[in-house]
Amino acid sequence: MPELSYREAVRDALATAMRQDDGVFIMGEDIAEMGGSMGVTSGMLEEFGRERVRNTPISEMALAGTAIGAALQGMRPVAEIMYEDFMTLAAEQVVNQAAKLRYMSGGQLTVPVVFRTQGGAGWSPGAQHAQQLEAWFVHIPGLKVVFASTPEDVRGLLWSAIYDDNPVVFFEHRTLYGIKGNVPEKIEPIPIGKARIHREGEDVTVIATGRLVHESLAAAEEAEKQGVSVEVVDPRTLQPLDEETLVASVKKTNRAVVAHEAVTRMGFGAEVASVLQYQAFDWLDAPVERVGAKFSPLPFAPVMEQFVVPHADDVLQAILRTVGRGN
Amino acid sequence: MLDECHRTNHKLRAVAKVETKTSLAKGDLRDVLREMLLIRRFEEKVEERFRAGELPGFLHVAIGQEASAVGVCRALEDGDIIASTHRAHGHTLAKGTHPNELMAELYGKAEGCSHGYGGSMHLYDVERGNMGANAVIGGGLPHITGAALAFQMRGEPRVALAFFGDGATNIGTFHESLNLAQLWKVPAVFVLEDNKWAESTPESQHSPIRDLSDRAKAFGMKALKADGQDVEAVYKTARQALDHARSGKGPVFVHLDCVRLHGHYIGDPQVYRDKDEARKLAETRDPITLLRGKLELSDEEFEELDVEVTEIVEASVEFAKAGTDPAPEDALKNIYA
Repeated sequence: MPELSYREAVRDALATAMRQDDGVFIMGEDIAEMGGSMGVTSGMLEEFGRERVRNTPISEMALAGTAIGAALQGMRPVAEIMYEDFMTLAAEQVVNQAAKLRYMSGGQLTVPVVFRTQGGAGWSPGAQHAQQLEAWFVHIPGLKVVFASTPEDVRGLLWSAIYDDNPVVFFEHRTLYGIKGNVPEKIEPIPIGKARIHREGEDVTVIATGRLVHESLAAAEEAEKQGVSVEVVDPRTLQPLDEETLVASVKKTNRAVVAHEAVTRMGFGAEVASVLQYQAFDWLDAPVERVGAKFSPLPFAPVMEQFVVPHADDVLQAILRTVGRGN
Repeated sequence: MLDECHRTNHKLRAVAKVETKTSLAKGDLRDVLREMLLIRRFEEKVEERFRAGELPGFLHVAIGQEASAVGVCRALEDGDIIASTHRAHGHTLAKGTHPNELMAELYGKAEGCSHGYGGSMHLYDVERGNMGANAVIGGGLPHITGAALAFQMRGEPRVALAFFGDGATNIGTFHESLNLAQLWKVPAVFVLEDNKWAESTPESQHSPIRDLSDRAKAFGMKALKADGQDVEAVYKTARQALDHARSGKGPVFVHLDCVRLHGHYIGDPQVYRDKDEARKLAETRDPITLLRGKLELSDEEFEELDVEVTEIVEASVEFAKAGTDPAPEDALKNIYA
């Protein structure tokens, strides 16, 4: 099994799809010569040319809307929205148009478009370049939302997103681009809507997304040393949500922690907690714990940024609280 | 995956393509008048049925702007597509949707052109190249740039065309879509139906410039102008724009000087508008009266056309009323492909 970084895994999914399929192309700000702000599309201009690796103006409404228009005509565009924060600029097209065109047309239209974007704290970009806004988009019927946390998952899920006939908002986490992992020789599509159990355990289930999957795995190791067996599950797809896998895990462990980097309040984790309390109420031995960012914009100073977002220790403390031993 | 079927169909069409006309013959004009009158009577009926409480939703008629819809859509070729606005009944009929299907949609019936999921502001007929009305001002413009990009990338001789009003020339999607279309020289045509009103706000209050073509010229885009009340001029100008775009020379902006004879929405008391001016426009700038005069139709001949289209409109109401209500739970269909 070859080893790829998360960044290379994204690129491999894009390039492989583009090699086999003329209808797939990528567009975005600075994705050609520069290879994108995170270097994901580096080298793709040389292989595929300017026609299929399209630099766009700084113009998110047209970028998103043009991708939608091409998708409506049978292409499979992948639009890169440079920073997740700029999804707010593209939001009209994503929310009012892409998500609803099939519906409003009574099923006549198909919108096979992917909006790839990335965000996350850790590099002190401040309040407008590091938000985690997945909760905005999981609330919109008509969109699918993916947030992958490993090289294998990001490659297999991006492949599925490209070939899905619905608009997909595809979140990547900036601090994960450098992590490495083994991937299958040949791309194996990972179905949208299927969670992954990263680590099996008996006492507590941690349901985590993005960077927090890795923080939760670290927390699980530490909990193990303290005699608490932790199961870590990554939903990978936030919409549709694999409720079955999440609920089954919690019915086994009887305790749950939900962890994401986005602001806790009104976050994706609130919905997961609601699903668990409703479907596994009689199995729960403790309130569902939630881990996320404090209710604050992201500050610049590194000490403040680190204070606002959650880390492994926050997950560990939440795990310990569920077994009556935390702070 | 490329839509092979689409591609093949288009090749066949291209082979079969007859030489296109740059202007309308007299025989065509009579047919054009009939179509404009059909749209007028259809929309008058829509107003009447709305006031009678039969039609739900928000409705906007384009009474006075029939020449734009018919003149532009006549100039299109098979395979060309349009995106419309919230004022879409005329565009939809002119692009070939049957009045029955349109009226059924306005009644919220399953037989409607959007099967009851859309309504007046979301009319679609994809088979006939109508990619939809749009309830967000400027919302469909980037789709047209994107569709034109798809045609360009696949080497198809098709054009994507957007209708929009003067109010839309202030919104970001207008500027971003035209900028990108011109940058990439895609086969798109942007048709401004300049009726001088953004809902109740006159152009003098919503735009700092008096000639909105300047906005397109600022992107380096070819801009053409025509009297939007003169269907022959509209057709000729649209034809020129479509030929230019189709030949790969880049997008074209078509500025039509139009007149909205009625309010922004059905029931709009138009307190913002000078009554005398509106009456004068109705007397001097009605595109149907203008064309009728040009064709020198006798009262009998006009009456004959009128009876014919009125029957079609009445039949569409009957069709719609006899239509099927969607099951409430059908609301949960068509959310995902």
